[in-house]
Amino acid sequence: MTWTDVADVAAATCLVGGALLTLIAAIGILRFPDVLTRMHSATKPQVLGLLVILLGLALRLRDPSAVGLLALVALFQLVTSPIASHMVGRASFRAGQVRHDLLVVDELTEVLPTPRGSKDD
Amino acid sequence: MNAVLFLGAGLLGVAACLLLARISLGPTMLDRIVALDVLVAVVVCGLALEAAVHRHTTTLPILGVLSLVGFVGAVSVARFTPGSDDVEAEGR
Repeated sequence: MTWTDVADVAAATCLVGGALLTLIAAIGILRFPDVLTRMHSATKPQVLGLLVILLGLALRLRDPSAVGLLALVALFQLVTSPIASHMVGRASFRAGQVRHDLLVVDELTEVLPTPRGSKDD
Repeated sequence: MNAVLFLGAGLLGVAACLLLARISLGPTMLDRIVALDVLVAVVVCGLALEAAVHRHTTTLPILGVLSLVGFVGAVSVARFTPGSDDVEAEGR
């Protein structure tokens, strides 16, 4: 048993594990009650699942230039996904689409200015 | 390695179907855009899985492009959601 066999087994474990994480997150997105809890579930394939699958791909390719490109993909994903999550969370809170009865701590409502115009109805 | 491909593709396929259900159900636009964002991640995972099993690097640039531009849809929809106050803040 050579080290390439070990790397192949590790890669297969990573690939199946990442796909499993994605499935679990999809179940969460379907079952959770509001946007914020769905976003909590959405981060799993976007960050951890993708990183695990890219690690499996790197273990399988074993080529330095490809591994560099994969590191770049992981970096881009780590930079862009918090931006999108921040924008979506902010928009959903300000648009009043958050279920306040599910929140344990809510310090933002006190700080926000009073709603104007169409948000009163 | 073929078993890994079929198992992973099956898991990702079920995940994509569940996400499509949320996209069609999702009461608000933001629910849909969150599910769409995850669907992009599922596509990236699927391409990486196929590349890993067949040991080719043809699809690696697509992974880079998707991870860069996948968030544009979420950001633009979040910015122009009615009532999110972002658009009104520009005018003041």
